[in-house]
Amino acid sequence: MIEAVGLTKVYGAKRAVDNLSFQVRPGAVTGFLGPNGSGKSTTMRMILGLDTPTAGRVTIGGCPFRELPNAPRQVGALLDAKAVHGGRSARQHLLCLAQLSGIPQRRVDEVLGVVGLQDVARRRSKGFSLGMGQRLGIAGALLGDPQVLLFDEPVNGLDPEGIHWIRNLMRKLASEGRTVFVSSHLMSEMALTADHLIVIGQGRLLADMSVKDFIAYNSAGFARVRTPDQQQGEKLAGRLAEIGGQVHLEQDGALRVTGVDLPRISNLAHELDVRLYELSPHQASLEEAYMRMTQMVVDYRSTDDPRAGLQQPVAGPAGGYPPGAPHPGQFPGHVPGQVPGQPPVPAQPYAGQVFAPPPGQPVPAAQGYPGTPPAAPPAMPPAAPPAAPGVPPAALTLSKNESES
Amino acid sequence: MTVTTAVLKSEWTKVRSVRSTVWTLASAFAVTVGLSAALCAVMNANFDQLSSRDQATFDATSISFAGMFLGQLAIIVFGVLVVGSEYSTGMIRTSLAAVPQRGTFLFCKMGVATVLALVTAMATSFSSFFCGQALLGSHRTTIGAPEVLRAVFGAGLYMTMLAIFAMGVAAMLRSPILALGVLMPFFFLVSTILANVPGAKEVARYFPDQAGSRVTRVVPSTAPYGPWEGFGIMGLWVVAALVGGYLVIRNRDA
Repeated sequence: MIEAVGLTKVYGAKRAVDNLSFQVRPGAVTGFLGPNGSGKSTTMRMILGLDTPTAGRVTIGGCPFRELPNAPRQVGALLDAKAVHGGRSARQHLLCLAQLSGIPQRRVDEVLGVVGLQDVARRRSKGFSLGMGQRLGIAGALLGDPQVLLFDEPVNGLDPEGIHWIRNLMRKLASEGRTVFVSSHLMSEMALTADHLIVIGQGRLLADMSVKDFIAYNSAGFARVRTPDQQQGEKLAGRLAEIGGQVHLEQDGALRVTGVDLPRISNLAHELDVRLYELSPHQASLEEAYMRMTQMVVDYRSTDDPRAGLQQPVAGPAGGYPPGAPHPGQFPGHVPGQVPGQPPVPAQPYAGQVFAPPPGQPVPAAQGYPGTPPAAPPAMPPAAPPAAPGVPPAALTLSKNESES
Repeated sequence: MTVTTAVLKSEWTKVRSVRSTVWTLASAFAVTVGLSAALCAVMNANFDQLSSRDQATFDATSISFAGMFLGQLAIIVFGVLVVGSEYSTGMIRTSLAAVPQRGTFLFCKMGVATVLALVTAMATSFSSFFCGQALLGSHRTTIGAPEVLRAVFGAGLYMTMLAIFAMGVAAMLRSPILALGVLMPFFFLVSTILANVPGAKEVARYFPDQAGSRVTRVVPSTAPYGPWEGFGIMGLWVVAALVGGYLVIRNRDA
């Protein structure tokens, strides 16, 4: 059991972790989610006694890490896969960690087998790929057969087989009654692995609830409606808006309707004599719910790339979006739902914010209606490639997401 | 098993499982012995051309350690890498997550490295002495002569102390690049140059290398301290570096 109370870490003017309180319970995989730079790694380091909190405290089994007797037998951690001396072989790296806590040499070969590195055990870790490095780091965490395990972004650099493996490994460790605390910036990954979620943004707690509850509270449903032609579509859309529905035109001409249930849409269409080619229920993905929650607190937000310096001064439409143009993937006037029955959280910076970018600002691809594919991090670095001209951005990619929820 | 023995064992595995250990210690030995031997041979051939004053103060023991001015750099690199590579590779976080007792961790690491440095330095000083004397011809001295054994022994201790000093500085600066960037120019250039500038000489003779190397000489110099007093001054520098390194590792975030 890991318990943080009022945990705060200040670096100069930046509050990396801000009054964070949570509990990580044994017997479950607890996902620790947040955008890049939200304070996940800092929190992990404070749990391990590497960084001293500015205020508050964090304990493992009621004891601060630095006072734990024989800590490696109680807590195993993967912090940074590249935190090994590249000149040392995998086996010797693990051997010196094992010797630190009186773990027999036999155990080193065991964990090398568990992570599948037995064939490269005597090779210097300098030549390891990121995935192999992650496996070596995981081996180090498992070495002492600890009751508490911390993994900081363990799936980084792993291939699909490796991701599947670590997912099962974490679930198995938790089913053995251990405390498993895994950080990630990928909601989709956590939805598959974790039982419980702790979501932070800019160092503050945004949510602390089970994955089941998170899905129930945060994934809003919508209906997709398609009519034979635009005229009928507009007719129906007008009527739907009158009764309080939110209607959004998708790229292929279909309507995305929220706030009106399916039978009512069907009845309205019948009254208006509008023929329906499609009327289907959809769930917004968990990824979208997560991005809605964290979009106000991402530190590194991408801007549109106008490529102005690269363009020839020729007539004709320029590439990219014209700044300020309506973004097809954007929900006009959508307000993120205040979650009913959500446990009280200290700060909900997103609550009550109108879900629309500030006027006059170009809409970054990852903003607007959050519909980037699950593999993409919520906030792309500024160098991220812009949407190519003519490629429908969020709205169409969204459909790939729907299976996630 | 206590924490200390566990950490000592682990640090021994660490230090012998990287190549830099062998390379730096071997080059400290080879450079010191080889360069000293070459200088002794040159000195033997040109002894008659020295001024009578230089002939009178000729220190046959000290000249057989002449290669140490270069060889000491290798032992400094060894000291810096042993501590600094923990920081440059990020291994320090893995290590401190396993050993929360940071003082124990640092001093065990330094202890293991010091033993290795001491063995290498003693082998270097004795080999350097005997090789040098063999090449000095009629100008040689013997290990049995007064003060000579002390100087040979002192040369080994001097190199060891430099290694510890380098470890302390690396622990304070937490970066091998930075530590080497400070130590290399200091010992190779600054200290030597200042020691030959009349005004600065009075200060420079209290630098760790100038003070410490007094113990490697048999013929008294103009320094206002004796061989072991000089070595004691160096010891103060080393203690200061160790205290600084300890305070940094204890208080800073890893």
